[in-house]
Amino acid sequence: MTAETLARWQFGITTVYHFFFVPITIALSLLVAVLQTLWVRTGNERYLRLTKLFGKLFLINFAMGVVTGIVQEFQFGMNWSEYSRFVGDIFGAPLALEALISFFLESVFLGMWIFGWDKLPKKVHLATIWLGSIGTLISSIFILIANSWMQNPVGAVYNPTTGRAEMSDFGAVLTNPVALVTWPHVIFGAFMTAGGILLGVAGWSLAKANKQLNGAEPDGQIAKDIDAHRFALKLGAWTLIVATCGSFFTGDIQGKIMVELQPIKMAATEAVSTTVQNAPFAVLAWPDGSGGVSTAIEVPGVLGLLAGTENGEVKGFNELMAAYQNGELVDPNNQLAQGAKDAGLLQQYSSQLAAAGYVPDILTTFYSFRIMIGLGFLALIVAIIALVKTGKGKLPKGGKGWTLAMVIAPLFPLFAGSFGWLVTEIGRQPWIVNGVLPTASAVSPGVTALEVGLSLVLYTVIYGVGAVVEVGLFLKTIKSGLPVVEEPQVSTDEDAPLSFAY
Amino acid sequence: MNFSFNLPTEIPSVLAVVWFLLVAVLWIGYLVLEGFDYGVAMLIPFLGKNEKEKRVLINSIGPVWDGNEVWLLTAGGAMFLAFPAWYATLFSGLYLPLFLVLVGLIIRGVSFEYRSKRPDTKWRAVFDWCAAIGSFLVPLVFGVGFANFIIGLPVVTDPNNASLYVIASDAANVGVTPYFWELFSPFGLLGGIVVVVLCLYHGLLYLTLKTRGEIQERAKGLAKILGAVAIVGGAAFLVWQNLAYSPLFLSGLSWILLVLAAVALIVSWLTIGRGLAFIMTSLTWLLVALGIFLKMLPGLGFRDVGGADVPGINVFTAASTDGTLTIALVAALIMVPIVLAYTIWAYWVFRRPISVKNIPDDALAAA
Repeated sequence: MTAETLARWQFGITTVYHFFFVPITIALSLLVAVLQTLWVRTGNERYLRLTKLFGKLFLINFAMGVVTGIVQEFQFGMNWSEYSRFVGDIFGAPLALEALISFFLESVFLGMWIFGWDKLPKKVHLATIWLGSIGTLISSIFILIANSWMQNPVGAVYNPTTGRAEMSDFGAVLTNPVALVTWPHVIFGAFMTAGGILLGVAGWSLAKANKQLNGAEPDGQIAKDIDAHRFALKLGAWTLIVATCGSFFTGDIQGKIMVELQPIKMAATEAVSTTVQNAPFAVLAWPDGSGGVSTAIEVPGVLGLLAGTENGEVKGFNELMAAYQNGELVDPNNQLAQGAKDAGLLQQYSSQLAAAGYVPDILTTFYSFRIMIGLGFLALIVAIIALVKTGKGKLPKGGKGWTLAMVIAPLFPLFAGSFGWLVTEIGRQPWIVNGVLPTASAVSPGVTALEVGLSLVLYTVIYGVGAVVEVGLFLKTIKSGLPVVEEPQVSTDEDAPLSFAY
Repeated sequence: MNFSFNLPTEIPSVLAVVWFLLVAVLWIGYLVLEGFDYGVAMLIPFLGKNEKEKRVLINSIGPVWDGNEVWLLTAGGAMFLAFPAWYATLFSGLYLPLFLVLVGLIIRGVSFEYRSKRPDTKWRAVFDWCAAIGSFLVPLVFGVGFANFIIGLPVVTDPNNASLYVIASDAANVGVTPYFWELFSPFGLLGGIVVVVLCLYHGLLYLTLKTRGEIQERAKGLAKILGAVAIVGGAAFLVWQNLAYSPLFLSGLSWILLVLAAVALIVSWLTIGRGLAFIMTSLTWLLVALGIFLKMLPGLGFRDVGGADVPGINVFTAASTDGTLTIALVAALIMVPIVLAYTIWAYWVFRRPISVKNIPDDALAAA
């Protein structure tokens, strides 16, 4: 395999893996902040116990999120040096600002939150989790601005003297329409996952408590546990339901923007080979044996409706490919692409683009998109069932089906996010910067396949071991249940044991 | 001395130099802050005689190490933002060393959190060693790396792309053989060892301030020994640097920085156990880093294979546009003081030294 192919795999594997931790970090930190706020305001112990339990899960996840995130920052330079050189004037800014504004905020304040229970007054301590959580939200804004620029490179011009893209309008980069709709979509997805975690943990624990009771009336500690878990389940389920609606809504807008800016991504994702009016939405697609695709189970007009175009027209990839081969720009209004074309750069890339075929992998994007929607929808159904089964003071009976549902609640939204990113990133191919720089031209020329291959294997091994450890600790923490808590006090005794210590 | 820079036709931007200084400041912040937590973490299996002592070491850096590491991430981000060509050429050119850094950062980064989650000794020993080895690997590689920036990493342009520089001893090697074994020259190796020793010494001085009891005494004793090693090794490295790899300009200042660094290190050794000692090793990091960054002007630690004084990739040609640099500078001038303010507050909150008495008996974390 070439260094380029290996570098693509490395980016795919490390990014998908990193993004298992990102949504949990963003949304679970905020839900924990909400739980702790409820405790500070009401003094009700159940909120403190929930804060501690889900705080612990959040931190196990956060540790892995931080270290896999560092790989991401270094990887651009290591594997994609021409990309980094070419776009750094624009792309570097959100990355550096992310570190400066959000990484410091989340790292310093989460450190204070973890160790500060007996050092800080209650309300100040509460502020630290909020600041840490806000840090993760700001981080997501910057990184999605950066990624959205790769999908829609606005606010930049090509400088033939320096041979790179240069910033012409930072405001346009910040208000990129792709970023404005992608950010809420990703955040809703994150809350689906975190809501699913609350729901899954609480639902499983309630079934366990029900089994322990064995028909008896709950009292004492077990009654307290049930009361707390019941609240967590409701909070989690409603978070999941609202966030799912939000992601469907924002995803719909994303599609309408995609038709305009990345029409071939839409054509591939929907397996539309020839331009159609009132485009139908296909459920199945398969290779037709002659290089194209066939589709089946078509719902008339639905894709056209989703695309929101005149007469529901969706362009087919055959027409688009022919146009691109003739030198037409992917987005005729893009200043940077126009500049690159005028300077003869796109002509220079034409052989690579022809080899890559101009169109992203159709079946991968097609099914990733449908799996994403399917997973999200199933999680939504689980949330509704869980609310019904625990309503009016009922306790879930448990059993294999229930346990499975409680596993689905967090994992399906999480995996939906992975598939969503596959559509976004694979759908952008063969471009690394849509319509401007092909991925094949962006790779580091000085890096050998041996180096990328070696690091790829070792990352995979380390990440694999990390996943086993992480999941093991997650399950152990869930099984040990809600901790017994004492009211935290600011300690003045020099020799007193720390209320939290590693 | 030859001052004929191969500058672009336009007048070079003063912003590029300001950003070069800002990158230096971020690296100094990283070395001063994370330097000590590397030192402490490296010592976990050796200085902690029992479980509670090990936990004293870990908890002494527990609340702050993650914030310290962000200085490195911000330094990397600032290089990407302000000098995309530098970031691109350096990070791809030093592929394997940076991979080792990443492995080090991963295994140490998870170890503090994960170690505390199970009580068994074997589990905890695994993560003690992950923390120690990771914390050793990172400064070792950076030490070797900085020594090579002083020597100058050879650069050529990519045969297929005149705008892109690649680290290689010869254009024929681009994409064929990685520039790796060449990094481990005697000077490069000495650089690696000196940075590791300096981290250990800096970490021990931190422990003399942040721990109490037996472990504090042991830290003081070990600091005496490692401080002496740091003085001898550091002086050898800096003298070698100035004799063999004098900067292109202000070489007099470079000698002054060397002398000041040596003085600071000696003062720290004479005041072990006091706050001043830790301030002095922090000052040493600052002075040594300034000397190295001075040497990296204007060639950014690269060396033209053809022998020109200034390589085609340098602080001016590698820089971003004035527009980007201005916007980012405004952001940095607002944010850096804010970050410093809350970082100082965090250190103040956790100012109290800890001893084995502060470690709860429960083997599992209390939260």
